[in-house]
Amino acid sequence: MNELIEYGPALWEGFVQNLKLSAVCAIMALVLGTVLVSMRVSPTPVLRAAGAAYVNIVRNTPLTLVLAFSALGLSDQVGLVFSDDPAINGFWLVALGLSLYTATFVCEALRAGINTVPFGQAEAARAIGLTFFQSLTLIILPQAFRAVVAPLGSVMIAMIKNTTVAVAAGYLADVAFVMKDTFDTTGVSIPIFLGIVVAFMAVTLPIGFLTGWLSRRLAVAR
Amino acid sequence: MSGRANVLFDAPGPRARLRNNALTLVAAIVLIGLAYFVYARFDERGQWRWEIWQPFVEADTWVNFIIPGLIGTLKAAALGAVFALLFGAVFGLARLSDHRWIRVPAGVVVEVFRAIPLLLLIFFVFYLAPSLFGGGDYTLMAVVIGLTLYNGSVLAEVVRAGVLSVPRGQSEAAYAIGLRKTGVMTLVLLPQAITAMMPAIVSQLVVLLKDTALGYIIAYVDLLNMGFKIIPANHFGSLVPAAIVIGIIYIGLNALLSALATWLERRSRRSRKTSARPVAPPTAIPSAAGPSLPD
Repeated sequence: MNELIEYGPALWEGFVQNLKLSAVCAIMALVLGTVLVSMRVSPTPVLRAAGAAYVNIVRNTPLTLVLAFSALGLSDQVGLVFSDDPAINGFWLVALGLSLYTATFVCEALRAGINTVPFGQAEAARAIGLTFFQSLTLIILPQAFRAVVAPLGSVMIAMIKNTTVAVAAGYLADVAFVMKDTFDTTGVSIPIFLGIVVAFMAVTLPIGFLTGWLSRRLAVAR
Repeated sequence: MSGRANVLFDAPGPRARLRNNALTLVAAIVLIGLAYFVYARFDERGQWRWEIWQPFVEADTWVNFIIPGLIGTLKAAALGAVFALLFGAVFGLARLSDHRWIRVPAGVVVEVFRAIPLLLLIFFVFYLAPSLFGGGDYTLMAVVIGLTLYNGSVLAEVVRAGVLSVPRGQSEAAYAIGLRKTGVMTLVLLPQAITAMMPAIVSQLVVLLKDTALGYIIAYVDLLNMGFKIIPANHFGSLVPAAIVIGIIYIGLNALLSALATWLERRSRRSRKTSARPVAPPTAIPSAAGPSLPD
């Protein structure tokens, strides 16, 4: 227990980094995922193919590879640099990689949601003369979002847990790295591990409950 | 699935066709532009030089690095899969137990291990093992135990859902002909549940295979470690080519497993050996069911 109190502040600082990463990635992944799903149902074959190819390639790549590549490949070799400060640069490389990865899962969730919207809705939208873009943004996506609140919650929970993989991108400030660093000096410490686990659960469990509650509240009655 | 999306737009008339063609053209130009931008950027940094790609057409690189790395990945995945399936079967069935003192602890274990980030679990085992068993190389053990506990917990839920997806009448009929609890489970429920669970299990194995890559962080010698550390150390500057080559291997492996899952799902959907409906994969979205309606 003493170790947890002694290293608590450092661990908390690391955990705040995970929370910051989660917040940034949640926004970017939701936006990008929506764009991807719009591409995948669009009337343009080129966009459909590009969206499908992107989703199938990125989804089947291990996240560790995505993050390690964004740091060692894109940043070191190709020269994609967000900032001269390695800490800020690392943060945005992780945010980029994790968002690009999570967006594919958001896209798949939304696509499943689009499939729950009955034919009649899209047919009615066409009948009153809405264009593809209008029927997508005004009729289909709002209903699709409401149908997949709970799955999107699961995607977000998985994403929050995945922020620990930031170490792979050489971002040495998140809680997983701080824990490893602490273990290097103190040896393994069960209180520290449990403390971090509880911290993660304190974030992910409410999200699970909240999205479960929202999904029941927002369900489209049919 | 893709067939239904088409309902979003009509069979295009002459104006819509023109518009679609214009959109196709614009999209193609943008995508090609993007691809060219990436290509040019890589080119500028000399990533397409033949010297750094050459190692990958030589047999030596494959024999000494890529294949041993692939074996490391597959070994961790295979061990993890076997133990995770065992863990999942035991805890999934324990959660269905009639005895509260078995059901509740099993439920707690499953929920907790599902909530822990896998990497933290792997780190924990990696640092715990030496203090329990003395010095040695515990990288494989840490990866396998981490994968087992996490994926086993997810699979426990699959097993539970699989058994619950067998219609009630099956177990009632089994009890009616005089079978005991063990008999009902092993002779009637499980054989039907396994067919229903197969697609979900295989999709979870895809996740497991992908997660073996976490071993890279604790320096387990797997495909990713070969690609990002060992090959670039032996062939200077070959990091980007190595990443692309091993990326293709990972994607190919996962695509094969995913295809197997889809095939199994289609087969079990029309199978008449089971009265249970296929269990939705845990990673996939409980989609087709849609929003749960108040009933």
